[in-house]
Amino acid sequence: MPDHVVTDPILTAEGIVVRFGDLTAVDRVDLAVQRGSIYGLLGPNGAGKTTLIRVLATLLKPDAGRATVAGIDVVEDPGLARTRLGLAGQFAAVDEYQTGRENVQMIGRLYRLSARESRQRTDDILERIGLVDAADRRVGTYSGGMRRRLDLAASLIGRPEVMFLDEPTTGIDPRSRVGIWDLVQDLVRGGTTVLLTTQYLEEADVLADRIGVIDHGRIITEGTADELKATMGGTIIEVEIDPAHRDEYETALAGVGEGETTFDEQRNLLRIPAREGAESLLAVGRALDRAELVPVDIETHKPTLDDVFLAVTDDTPSDDAPAPSDGQAPGRKARR
Amino acid sequence: MTTTTAPATSEPGSHIGLSEAFTDAMVITRRGIVRILRLPQLLVFATIQPVMFLLLFNFVFGGALGETLPPVANGEYINWLMPGLLVQIVTFGAGQTATGLTEDLSSGVIDRFRSLPMARSAVLAGRTLADLLRNAFVITLMLVVAVLIGFRWQASFAGFLGGVALALGFAFSLSWLMASLGLKIKNPEAVQSAIFIPVFPFVFASSVFVPTDTFPTWLQAFADHQPVTVVANAIRGLMLGVGALPAGQTVTGQVWLAVAWIVGLLAIFAPLAVRLYRRAVI
Repeated sequence: MPDHVVTDPILTAEGIVVRFGDLTAVDRVDLAVQRGSIYGLLGPNGAGKTTLIRVLATLLKPDAGRATVAGIDVVEDPGLARTRLGLAGQFAAVDEYQTGRENVQMIGRLYRLSARESRQRTDDILERIGLVDAADRRVGTYSGGMRRRLDLAASLIGRPEVMFLDEPTTGIDPRSRVGIWDLVQDLVRGGTTVLLTTQYLEEADVLADRIGVIDHGRIITEGTADELKATMGGTIIEVEIDPAHRDEYETALAGVGEGETTFDEQRNLLRIPAREGAESLLAVGRALDRAELVPVDIETHKPTLDDVFLAVTDDTPSDDAPAPSDGQAPGRKARR
Repeated sequence: MTTTTAPATSEPGSHIGLSEAFTDAMVITRRGIVRILRLPQLLVFATIQPVMFLLLFNFVFGGALGETLPPVANGEYINWLMPGLLVQIVTFGAGQTATGLTEDLSSGVIDRFRSLPMARSAVLAGRTLADLLRNAFVITLMLVVAVLIGFRWQASFAGFLGGVALALGFAFSLSWLMASLGLKIKNPEAVQSAIFIPVFPFVFASSVFVPTDTFPTWLQAFADHQPVTVVANAIRGLMLGVGALPAGQTVTGQVWLAVAWIVGLLAIFAPLAVRLYRRAVI
């Protein structure tokens, strides 16, 4: 981990390991999340994000390591930990045949609220998520975005100190996505700490105070969005090439720029992280000229989280990774 | 799934007492009842189908079979059929416990419940209790229709009530068996076919519709000893009297045997279902 100091960690993990048979889904993960912040776990499908959340939310016992929520060990005392945490999983786990209000009230009762308190808090929550008008309609009539908001808000009734959101915007339209983002930010303003997983770089960039990039069960890099971008150098130079001559280009450009040059096979782009944009661009030009290579195109841009992600994760798409690594049975995956 | 997760057998500091566990179970029971009332396909399955069975079997087979039945049936097939049909209906309906649970598993609802500070037993207790109430409702409805088309208990009213209680007890124990199956198989479609096929031989190769003494010997051997027949005979004995039972059986003996099946099924499948629920990782 970087030398970042978390002064008031409300969520911690030390050396968490989860194995499914031969597959290590979560591999010695450490975490420390500052109270009142949003931590984003960014990674491709099958990276171990869901499995890690399941451990932290007391659904799965790790094979090694320990984790605490609000100072409570989730393995030693899961019952107490559950009073302090809320979980909104990858699927909107709301009952279609109950109304929005009934769904939230039911969760309230299961958080041990009295019937009266549960009713009162439900009203507050429905107002907060803009579902007052739809509150007495069955959830079966809701749009995907409304269901997600309801699902997320249902857990809020227990006033959890830590909320786990597993891919809160996967599968919903862009406009509803912004609605969820607002809700998450609103939550944090109210003092809740959020750990969310996402495959969307933009989401992590907009929401997360700190980001951990996870792949093959390991957190490979961690920092704020700006820190992560800075590791890529100040500028990215993208050279579009004829892939038949990739080796010649790579030889010619070796040693130019800062850090590791990567190749995007889909778009035939060589990405070169560089500190000084103009100077490095000229250096690239001179190197190519010496080697008598004329690329299709050259562009420069400021690094995005995309670049970080592509640089640090394995470039083989992990969609083929065994399904259990994300804690899903194959049957469930097929239902998506 | 071959996870190495140890079942959370004891959870120190769960802080959940009996009264909390009861409240949680009631919340889930209510959820189950709302589900049955609001999903039209469930309500249809729960009400129209049993009544249809009752009417069809009675009017199609009644004429041909009425004369051949033991005298306690009073020449009316409905008197013979009704006690058996109670067992048939709860056996057919029991699969709903399994499908409901698998739906909750695949929709992530079980995950949500497991992340809440609620009693671990509540999801299963609530589900099976809601299904018991559904069965009580269906049985009441069937009995009303049966009385309208001529059913009369031939023994005592107490015997009649005892028979209904046995049917409900059997339904409850089957619910736990089905809960175990659902949690084991996990996939909603797979669980439906896994349940539907074995249910048929148990219901038809039994004394539900006709006495077993005309079956071929090999089939009779199975039919006489399987739980559907045992419970059907016990209910029939209670409602119609000892004359409805095969020679050598007593009402008390059959009732004890039926109770033993019910208790036995519960003793095996209730702990199994709870164990499977605790480690239901999907």
